[in-house]
Amino acid sequence: MTTVEAVASGDELPTELASTVSASRRAKDRSFQAVLAFALLVAFGTLVTLIVTTLLDGWDRLNWDLIRNFPSARPAKAGIQSAIFGSLWVVGFTALVSLPLGLGTAIYLEEFAHSEQWYNRVIEINIQNLAGVPSVVFGILGLAFVVRGPLGWGFTVGSAIVVLTMLVLPLVIIASREAIRAVPSSLRDGSLALGATQWQTVWRQILPAAIPGIATGSILSVSRALGESAPLLLLGALAFVTYNPSSLADGYTVLPLLIFKYASDAKAEFHAVAAAAIIVLLAILLTLNSAAIVIRNRFQRKG
Amino acid sequence: MAIAAGHTGAPVVEHLLPTGALRRRYLVERLVRLSLLITASLTVLITLLIAASLIPPAIEFFGEVPLREFFGSTTWAPLFGTPQFGVWPIVLGTAMVMVTAVLVSVPLGLAAAFYLSEYASPRTRKFLKPILEVLAGIPTVVFGFFGLYFINPELVKRFWPFGEPGTYSALGAGLVVGVMIIPIVASVSEDAMSAVPSALRDGAFALGATRREVCTGVIFPAALSGIIAAIVLAVSRAIGETTIALMVAGSNPRFTFNPGEGMQTMASFIGFAGIGDQPTGSTGYKTIFAVGLLLFAITFVLNMISIRVVRRFREVYE
Repeated sequence: MTTVEAVASGDELPTELASTVSASRRAKDRSFQAVLAFALLVAFGTLVTLIVTTLLDGWDRLNWDLIRNFPSARPAKAGIQSAIFGSLWVVGFTALVSLPLGLGTAIYLEEFAHSEQWYNRVIEINIQNLAGVPSVVFGILGLAFVVRGPLGWGFTVGSAIVVLTMLVLPLVIIASREAIRAVPSSLRDGSLALGATQWQTVWRQILPAAIPGIATGSILSVSRALGESAPLLLLGALAFVTYNPSSLADGYTVLPLLIFKYASDAKAEFHAVAAAAIIVLLAILLTLNSAAIVIRNRFQRKG
Repeated sequence: MAIAAGHTGAPVVEHLLPTGALRRRYLVERLVRLSLLITASLTVLITLLIAASLIPPAIEFFGEVPLREFFGSTTWAPLFGTPQFGVWPIVLGTAMVMVTAVLVSVPLGLAAAFYLSEYASPRTRKFLKPILEVLAGIPTVVFGFFGLYFINPELVKRFWPFGEPGTYSALGAGLVVGVMIIPIVASVSEDAMSAVPSALRDGAFALGATRREVCTGVIFPAALSGIIAAIVLAVSRAIGETTIALMVAGSNPRFTFNPGEGMQTMASFIGFAGIGDQPTGSTGYKTIFAVGLLLFAITFVLNMISIRVVRRFREVYE
């Protein structure tokens, strides 16, 4: 192997070169690697501890009754059904609204907007900023304008959908933009060269090619919405809800907030219910994220 | 006269369009472009709405509560019978959680980034990256539960030597927020490190540097802008974290420098006040917006800095 490879791989050096890297430098190299490995161990270990302790706390309460029952004042009977349906309603409609809006914005920014124009640059910077706004601020916005104020919808599913859509929109936009950007420009150029207009090119060539990336990004944004808790605290989702929503005007609760409620309860028996609910939530998220990864891998091989 | 092509959006000389179908196609193109522009402008509308929801009530609030009390007192009790509005306890609480979180997430995140970018084999990378993604996908309420029922009782309460840690602690919250933020630091830093031209790396190795020397002497300075951006993002994320702070650090706005004690942060105050139904128009209600404005302003400035830093240093290599 060459000198460069030998030094770079950190292996033992051939004896005639051993003197070029002093023992102290080699020791520092090894200790640095050890520090890195230790740091990674700490991070990994914390994740494992989190999962293990949650499983230990919640395993006993993990049964079909948990999902069949509604919240109750008695820990032995407490379940999460209203939260599961509440989450389904809220996140489902949020996806329905935010995906077209986000995709449309992404298409505009990638295919139609000229970045020299000032309003397009404003839009781009604005999206980057929105992605960094603390989620609780969206809750404040919802409290001021949707729950009370002009819309006055109160603590309803509809209010939650509006707020979560605003929160998730920047993520959908960013993910869709990356998916569109990943489409080879030869596809775009070829279509235009054959006389197609811009929209024809987008609709018939670029979007179909970008669908896997868009699907992956959408699933990840949806799972982010599923796990959100902070803004919904201000939108009344912490209420004691013992029914499933049947319209956008109904009261509701969502899984993360029911977990919060059970975890904060004074009675210690509820904590096990919270842990079991966490297991359910993590299982749902794991399924969603795995679907996203499978889609990404399957279509990356083709591309 | 040229027939400008419809796809650049430039005006077309309409009476030169040969057929009705083409004219219709042109209209469709203009319509689509306009509706997509309107869609894109919705995001600007959202920011305007945030400003519109925060600023007027905050102004009203500062009309009722003198700035001298807000920034001068160290007692925060805005929702009590005889309210007090000194903001420093929750600002200090936010700072304590944030500093702890950054002290945890930056070293661990950078270590992960260095390892992924300079040391890991492709097989290890395929194993490590999904783990970071899993960590990034865990909801904050799960971290909050972990902090409240494992980190606080088993670690902080047992080992923290100062004072008598109780159920809540800013330290526990900071540790947990730090772990939550590791993927952000790791991925932004790793992007920056991968962007370092391999010529720099190879040149260093050719001159006989060890891998550590390349990391600390070449990669780190070269990727510094991205690393700074990662740190700023981590700070911003830690400041805005609500659920973990609420569950692990508690709701008692204590003004103390001991992280082993429970504290309230700006974000957790907003969450706390939001749960208790404040009557619209009351000063307590307006406090939510004043603190929200402060929080938004701080994270806005941090985000702008992070965007600027990345943009300015990216030019160096392009």
